[in-house]
Amino acid sequence: MHGERSRFLSIMLFVGFTFLYVPIILLIIYSFNYSKLVPVWGGWSTRWYGVLFESPDVWDAVLLSLKIAVVNATFATILGTLAGLAMVRFGRFRGRTLFGGMLVAPLVMPEVITGLSLLVFFISLKQLFGWPTERGFTTITIAHITFSLAYVAVIIQARLTGMGNNLEEAAADLGAKPFKVMTKITIPMLAPGLLSGWLLAFTLSLDDLVIASFVTGPGSNTLPILIFSRIRLGLRPDINALATIIILFVAVLVAIAAVILFRQQKRDLLDQKMARMPEV
Amino acid sequence: MTDIGVFKVIPPRIRLAWTRFAGSIQSSWKTLVIWTPFFWLLIFFLAPFFIVAKISLAELVIASPPFSNMVQWVDGSVVTIRLVFDNFIYIFEDPLYARTYVNSLKIASISTVFCLLVGYPVAYGIIRSGPVAKPLLLFAIILPFWTSFLLRVYAWMGLLADQGTINSLLISLGLIETPIQMLYTEFAVYVGIVYTYLPFMILPLYANMEKLDSTLNEAAADLGSGPINTFFKITLPLTAPGIIAGSLLVFIPATGEYVIPDLLGGGNVQMIGRLLYNEFARNVDWPVASAVAIVLLLLLVLPMAVYQHYQAKSSEDT
Amino acid sequence: MVNKPPAPEQSKEQGPSQDADQEPLLQIRAVIKKFGDFTAVNDVNLDIHKGELFCLLGGSGCGKTTLLRMLAGFEAPSSGKIIIDGKDMSDVPPYERPTNMMFQNYALFPHMSVEKNISFGLQQDGFSKSEISDRIDDILRLVELRDYKKRRPQQLSGGQRQRVALARALVKEPKLLLLDEPLGALDKKLREQTQFELMNIQDKVGVTFVVVTHDQEEAMTLSTRIAVMDKGKFVQIGTPTEIYEFPENRFIADFIGSANIFEGKVIETSVNHLRIKTEIGDFDVEHNIEVSKGSHVYIGLRPEKIHLSKQAPEKKTENQTLGVIDDIGYLGNTSRYKVRLESGRIIDVTAPNQVRPKNRTHHITWEDNVYIHWDASSSMLLNK
Repeated sequence: MHGERSRFLSIMLFVGFTFLYVPIILLIIYSFNYSKLVPVWGGWSTRWYGVLFESPDVWDAVLLSLKIAVVNATFATILGTLAGLAMVRFGRFRGRTLFGGMLVAPLVMPEVITGLSLLVFFISLKQLFGWPTERGFTTITIAHITFSLAYVAVIIQARLTGMGNNLEEAAADLGAKPFKVMTKITIPMLAPGLLSGWLLAFTLSLDDLVIASFVTGPGSNTLPILIFSRIRLGLRPDINALATIIILFVAVLVAIAAVILFRQQKRDLLDQKMARMPEV
Repeated sequence: MTDIGVFKVIPPRIRLAWTRFAGSIQSSWKTLVIWTPFFWLLIFFLAPFFIVAKISLAELVIASPPFSNMVQWVDGSVVTIRLVFDNFIYIFEDPLYARTYVNSLKIASISTVFCLLVGYPVAYGIIRSGPVAKPLLLFAIILPFWTSFLLRVYAWMGLLADQGTINSLLISLGLIETPIQMLYTEFAVYVGIVYTYLPFMILPLYANMEKLDSTLNEAAADLGSGPINTFFKITLPLTAPGIIAGSLLVFIPATGEYVIPDLLGGGNVQMIGRLLYNEFARNVDWPVASAVAIVLLLLLVLPMAVYQHYQAKSSEDT
Repeated sequence: MVNKPPAPEQSKEQGPSQDADQEPLLQIRAVIKKFGDFTAVNDVNLDIHKGELFCLLGGSGCGKTTLLRMLAGFEAPSSGKIIIDGKDMSDVPPYERPTNMMFQNYALFPHMSVEKNISFGLQQDGFSKSEISDRIDDILRLVELRDYKKRRPQQLSGGQRQRVALARALVKEPKLLLLDEPLGALDKKLREQTQFELMNIQDKVGVTFVVVTHDQEEAMTLSTRIAVMDKGKFVQIGTPTEIYEFPENRFIADFIGSANIFEGKVIETSVNHLRIKTEIGDFDVEHNIEVSKGSHVYIGLRPEKIHLSKQAPEKKTENQTLGVIDDIGYLGNTSRYKVRLESGRIIDVTAPNQVRPKNRTHHITWEDNVYIHWDASSSMLLNK
């Protein structure tokens, strides 16, 4: 289904992509504006990047956010993979419907509800068990894992379904016990899914404002919380600079992942060529 | 059982015992795989909802935390039970809440329709692109999805502000003399939602369209159907699951949106997510905030169930 | 009703030894498999002896793959027993069964080289490194893939992948090798060639093969015995010759090859002949079965067993009638004729093209009046 794109569709593609990208491009351009008033052009400058590097609270927030994102991504990938395996490979088990529901719900649940419920949960826990003593890194990470694992599970489920269970059956047939099958066949085959799951969980965590705002405590500002508190009052050139850095950082990360996938595709093409060569 | 040779000398009874032991390890391993994430979700996803439900039935007290204790309520008399439904009665009686719920649903539905109007042709356009362009275009759709949501909203503040890019452009072109107010209006909220949620509409549509058999269109053309007729009679009905999935993926979270009405709507657009946050953060009225959340959840339960149904169905199809 | 005809002579020299006192390698006892309300395999019994190349033949959804998967241990029977080499397999998981499977799409591990794929199974059994490498060399020599050790499955052609899959399953020296549509993914030419390779390999290694296939030609060429399955049951089990020449009922006669089938009534019985009245006339059928006079029977007649000529046969036989050529399907070496008989019934006849169209006396064309006749021993007596 290609090569027959009508003019209407081409125009819509152009409009769609313009709509998606122009705001981001403008945001980046204005980060190099000398003027203190964001929309008023005052000539090219890297002044606001300098301002950014000199503000310690920004660096604290960046560090906290990265710490949360890495821990979250790792745990969410592990839990999400197990969840995906359970849903796709284990057939029926007690509570499967509830489990499936809880895996889909976080994808669409309004963040304010998730955030509020986790906050009151943490407070009740503290009342009952005296833990968590203070809200911050731990509570935000737990909250992030809870919704990130659902996203990872979606990716893993799709990949597992696509793989079919032929390979796992073949391994069992050749004498591998279930645990061996998982470590030698399932996990290696899942590798691309694990990579994209980890990356997705990482960026979801870096991105989250609402849930983190609910479950954080005094003094623990993640990067989105810091940015939000500043832009609520209006445009700020230093935020444009920060945004540019974040966007480029994520873009580079995603580009690396894309290159890995592209290499994989190229390898597949070479393999096919090799397969078609006559036997020697 | 790693070595068959060794195994042959082991008496059968021991072998059986070992097999049973190994079997129990295997099955406990399976239990672990299921229960680790299951437990996590039960504790950190499901249990919190029950606590919210409980608090929504509690009364506000000036303390930390600012709600009455559950134990009191359980032992309570008829009087306290009447009291505890106050939060819901309050929400239903104060027109502010009803208006805000209706407004949220309205904004979410209209934004969903616009997402569909923009997203459908874009998804279809990508499907119809050549083998080189297709993955690149798809990648370009996913890329903004990976970049910060908050910053994408912020980007529109710069475009829509009174001295922002759009107004400056219009003034310099001589089309207007004084800036049009766009930021802090409902229009800005629509733009913001459509902009940030567009990939959520396009991706399920694309996934659905990719499964379509392209020869169906050829068959329809061969049978004398023109392109427009083919679209409405063949393509549109077959992409209905994608439309439903995409629409729900936009509609449900948009209804509870907090950031966009706050940043782009300012004080002028009231949506339920923002109201809830204010109830919780400014008024510190957690019982009412919880009641607001419960009502919102009840409003969204049906669309969520529909979405889950479609998710389950599409995963079975493949 | 008609009893099963005795097995013809040649089946013994073709098939492997089937000593009565030797316990069958595989015993399937009253196996039933249900998926919800659907009964995939319905009360099946079967013995397979060591060294056999046994085919499960049937259309899609007949239960053949489910049965194979139960042998491998991927599905558990709802009831009944599977016994391999005297051991009940009920509680034995796939990874402990003395069976190996060659999967329909081969299921080669894409992240492992040919060598790693083949050694995977041996490693699970804890063989030493040197033994593993010896065995890999042997098996790769057998399937003629020694130069492809380091390649990954994606870098192999379809036929090569098929051989790797076979090698991977064979290298474990299973008591029973299960093959799920082993040639299904290959194109026609390669399939024919591979059929013989597969038979040679089986001959060399002496492993018992159970093959699932929907392709009757494949089943006929490959196997020592065939079980034809339909709706979860075995319809007939026998050597290819038995199944083709002595089908038990109309289903088999029609499913394997093709047959003209006539309904009839026994009007005369003698020592080894029956006379049967049918819609197209009265005919002799050679038989060695007890059938009582007046029984209702079916006769099957294979298209290639019918002689077709423009001239009257020199010796007039009882099984002879006249017809007109209604249609011809030209296949090159042979032609398929649709012959309309006086009764209006059309029957299929296949005949070799012994003369070219120039030969007016013998070449048969549309609307020609023809004589057809067949040997009394060519008719197949069918029940149901």
